[in-house]
Amino acid sequence: MKTNTTAKLKKTGNRNSTKISSKIWVLISLSAAMLVWWLLSINPQTSRSFPNAVVVFKSMKTMIDRGVFFTDIGSSLISVGAGFAIGFAIALPVAILMAWYRPVRNIIEPWIQFIRNIPPLAYVPLIVISAGVGRKPQIIVITIATFLTMAITIYQGVVNIDETLIKAARVLGAKDKDIFLKVIAPATLPFIITAIRLGASVALTTLIAAESTGATGGVGMRIRALNNSFDSAPMLLYIIVIGVIGITLEKLIKMAERRLTGWQEKREV
Amino acid sequence: MAREERSIKLKIDNVKKVFNSRNGEMIALNGINLDIMENEFICVVGPSGCGKSTLLNIIAGLSEPTSGKIYCDGHEVTGTGTERGVVFQQYALFPWLTVKKNVEFGLKLKGIKGAKASEIAMKYIEMVGLQDFANHYPKELSGGMKQRVAIARAYAVNPSVLLMDEPFGALDAQTRTQLQQELLETWQKEQKTCFFITHDVDEAIILAQKVIIMSARPGRIKEIVDINIPYPRNQETKMSPEFLELKNYIWGQVYQEYLEVRK
Ligand SMILES: Nc1ncnc2c1ncn2[C@@H]1O[C@H](COP(=O)(O)OP(=O)(O)O)[C@@H](O)[C@H]1O
Ligand SMILES: [Mg+2]
Repeated sequence: MKTNTTAKLKKTGNRNSTKISSKIWVLISLSAAMLVWWLLSINPQTSRSFPNAVVVFKSMKTMIDRGVFFTDIGSSLISVGAGFAIGFAIALPVAILMAWYRPVRNIIEPWIQFIRNIPPLAYVPLIVISAGVGRKPQIIVITIATFLTMAITIYQGVVNIDETLIKAARVLGAKDKDIFLKVIAPATLPFIITAIRLGASVALTTLIAAESTGATGGVGMRIRALNNSFDSAPMLLYIIVIGVIGITLEKLIKMAERRLTGWQEKREV
Repeated sequence: MAREERSIKLKIDNVKKVFNSRNGEMIALNGINLDIMENEFICVVGPSGCGKSTLLNIIAGLSEPTSGKIYCDGHEVTGTGTERGVVFQQYALFPWLTVKKNVEFGLKLKGIKGAKASEIAMKYIEMVGLQDFANHYPKELSGGMKQRVAIARAYAVNPSVLLMDEPFGALDAQTRTQLQQELLETWQKEQKTCFFITHDVDEAIILAQKVIIMSARPGRIKEIVDINIPYPRNQETKMSPEFLELKNYIWGQVYQEYLEVRK
């Protein structure tokens, strides 16, 4: 009897919590964040780092008036987009070669693992020495970082393809070309999308390092420049901008993921 | 025209398979000779690790024998071929394709497309009773339904030989019985040569005309038992004295091999 009621209560409890739609949860989460922000802005210990939302929002106007706000964002998006695209274009074939040819894997995988653990900021000066300043080194830094992450992720996907799927295709008459296009490609797709998600995130987290190459604009460069004048309001604004770009990209990729790989048995969160 | 004598469909000619493992060579199969007649239903039983799957893979053309040959319709097997369909224990459905697209997979590779492919696919989907699930993805199906799709997919390309590696091994007893019954019915409608691996002696006897008992280390054919129980067979067949006698006998033989393996 008792367990019965508890079970029932639990069930209704669950139902209630699912009734609060995810949109409302986002609102609650956002409000809580604003509250924490406000608390930080009135605490004397932290108020210098966290000016309140109104001040930060006003700084947006200042930055727009200075004519840098949108060009900074545009510049960063170009570097991120180009670096990410090149990184992906290299990562995909390299990952497939690694999965198919043992020598390629045995030689390249240790390199990737080795470089992956080095913070990009450490090798930025080396890149600047050869590539000079400007757009080029920014793209190179992001290309390297995204390549490393995406190559490993896609490689894992190709390697872990269920062997029986390939056998099943073969006995149904598939030739090598069919196996590649009709089995390996779709079976790897979820990993490719995961790679793209991780790659986008890495591209953004590498932005500061990439734009420390003597860039003349960009969100990351601006944050460093503002740092010199302890101008925390626009700094915080730019930090939030990076976060907003990141979450927007993530949401877009997740949407594509749901559409393209909804067939998956288990869905990783 | 007089009906021809049943001909040899599959000839397994002195097949040996050696695997090179870390601790040296491992003889998985040795001296396997077997003629399988057209439209015959053969079940293979034996302790796990005795080389049943290895033999099936060689017949399918997925793996090469170390020595010896396989002939299908008199032609030497050198690779996979659509006249030899395979049903795997793990279903091996393409998760990114719907039931219908899975069944159409082999048809498209044969160059059959569009309405024709759709028609053939639906025929076999209906044969396994899944017409309401044609547009579902495998993840939405139960194990038994998945295996039905795999069977439909194998049938769709119209193979004359069906190789099945413990296809019902992962299913619960009830679903398994049901699928055995369905498989028998289809086999009687669309005659095919069936090579069916199982570890379940009941299953072997209810399905097969001949049960091949294999012995382990190296894998050999220990004995071939004729099952002279007339079709159609059903659950009642399992109560008949002849069935029970065969079951006792085969089970005893397999158990002996099992004990050998344990040694
Ligand atoms: N690819 C392989 N490489 C090495 N050994 C293998 C391979 N495939 C199977 N074997 C070995 O061959 C023996 C027979 O395996 P298998 O045919 O799968 O047995 P069964 O299907 O009867 O359980 C086992 O000892 C197994 O470990
Ligand atoms: Mg096996």
